[in-house]
Amino acid sequence: MSDFQPIILKNIPELCNIDVYIKNGGYTALKKALAMKPEEVIDTVKKSGLRGRGGACFPTGMKWSFMPQKSEKPKYLCANGDESEPASFKDREIFEKNPHQFIEGTLIACWAMGIKTAYVYIRGEYYKWIELLQEAINDAYKKGFIGKNIGGSKYSVDLYIHRGAGAYICGEETALLNSIEGKRGMPRFKPPFPASFGLWGCPTTINNIETLANIPPIIDHGGEWFSKIGEPKHAGSLLYGLSGHINKPGIYELPSGTLLTDLIYKYGGGVTDNKAIKMIIPGGSSMPPLRGDEIEGLKMDNENLKTVNSYIGTAGIVVMNEDTDVVKVIKRITKFYYHESCGQCTPCREGCGWMLRILDRIDNGMGRPEDIELLKDVANNIEGNTICAFGDAAAWPVKWAIKKFLPDFEKKVSESVNIPITNKVHSLRVTYQE
Amino acid sequence: MVGGEVKTLPMEIKFNEDNLKKLEEAKSHYPKADAALMSALWLAQEQFGWLSTDIMKYVGDLLGIPYEHVLGVAEFYTMYNKKPVGKYHLQVCTNVSCMLCGGYDVVDYISEKLNIGIGETTPDGKFTLIEAECLGSCGTAPMMQVNNYYEENLSKDKIDSLLEKLSKS
Repeated sequence: MSDFQPIILKNIPELCNIDVYIKNGGYTALKKALAMKPEEVIDTVKKSGLRGRGGACFPTGMKWSFMPQKSEKPKYLCANGDESEPASFKDREIFEKNPHQFIEGTLIACWAMGIKTAYVYIRGEYYKWIELLQEAINDAYKKGFIGKNIGGSKYSVDLYIHRGAGAYICGEETALLNSIEGKRGMPRFKPPFPASFGLWGCPTTINNIETLANIPPIIDHGGEWFSKIGEPKHAGSLLYGLSGHINKPGIYELPSGTLLTDLIYKYGGGVTDNKAIKMIIPGGSSMPPLRGDEIEGLKMDNENLKTVNSYIGTAGIVVMNEDTDVVKVIKRITKFYYHESCGQCTPCREGCGWMLRILDRIDNGMGRPEDIELLKDVANNIEGNTICAFGDAAAWPVKWAIKKFLPDFEKKVSESVNIPITNKVHSLRVTYQE
Repeated sequence: MVGGEVKTLPMEIKFNEDNLKKLEEAKSHYPKADAALMSALWLAQEQFGWLSTDIMKYVGDLLGIPYEHVLGVAEFYTMYNKKPVGKYHLQVCTNVSCMLCGGYDVVDYISEKLNIGIGETTPDGKFTLIEAECLGSCGTAPMMQVNNYYEENLSKDKIDSLLEKLSKS
């Protein structure tokens, strides 16, 4: 269907098996990296233009260079496989289909930053994938790629899985650190940044699973090769996840900047029942939604999505057809954020609940004319006023859905029954006077 | 809760040999023993089914952590059961992608079929039904998690045969 050869989800049967992986050139990048100086590895990654795949799109090479090369304290690497953003389901595909490329990438990252211990944080629900990855890690230990003197070098690395237990917020990097330390997953205030004060107060880097899985091919083929794939400002391939009203949902690995219409109609087989598209979430539930008329010619990468006021996020695309009730969808998304707020910052903890209650009454035909303004006000007061980006993630869908689908909200409010606002204390007083 | 006893607690709260070994292994992964708390709670839940106050106290004592801290962690993470659950914990995803593909229909169907509401357990202690947040299986919606494993691309027939199979085992 496409000339593009996947970098991560390669079309090789049984690639999850370590022998098959080695036969297909696996773990050669690790040997190559071990023969390079750590700074050279970081330079190669910088040259590749690889950006973090967890949603923030931070340049990976730069992130690595923030780690102190010489440190009295131990240093740590955390691979973030919390993957709890609704509509993203890409990391489990890596654990299932190509776990060794991820492991190899993690080991190269450890070498580049002088790290001896790495933790893979995986969400608790992914029991099956934890088992699969553990098996792969055990195999890699047996072959001497992890553990003492990896790949015949003098370097030693240990790799452990840390199982989460159902908390979206643990995908936030500092909350993830607290969770690994055995605490409640509440985000920490930054600064200090993890590169100087992370796990147990030691220098720590947190990378997404997909980011690390991209490292071995970069080392194998060089940074320049990678930088030429896809859009120059957001190089490489992306694991696009298609879900919702679509004929062929699933994960598609394609170059960044693939046309959204191609993703939906060429790869995803079009909208179910051939209906028109009303709304699209381009990168996981927290990203501002798009209208169906905004997608023509739209390239899927962070820079191009900014032109329609959205972001790539985790590239989890949700397609919604013309019959979709926008208010209901936004209410469901807000319910998620209300449930998952860690409760640390007042604007987020209280604001998510307020937004949910207002959306609920609009949806149930009891909206008030001032409710839309009120919703915008609450969303604006959450955004930017919290320790972590969760507040923004909760506010954006509401704020942008109102901006882009105002008639849908207005219609529901105008059809609402006008119920007088009753105040319990006040009504009691009235009864008393009678 | 509908129905009575779900799971009677064993008389003695003590990790079995296997779990004690697993806990030592988990402790060795971290520079500080208290980081093994989440692993310890997982082991406890595996062995006892849910986390009662006494179990949390036991886990805290094992790791030298105050009970209050253990409770705080157990309460923070939704997957730790702070109440007894049925033998099969049906966790149906109703988040956006599943909702669009009929996640709520799955909840309603199971609820009607088993005659229990959300958060309730069948009188025989076999099934507990809950609504879950996104389980990262959006491409195979609608889906649910039954204990540790996923059941994907659900249809009425698939649910029927699954529940039939589970109620016999």
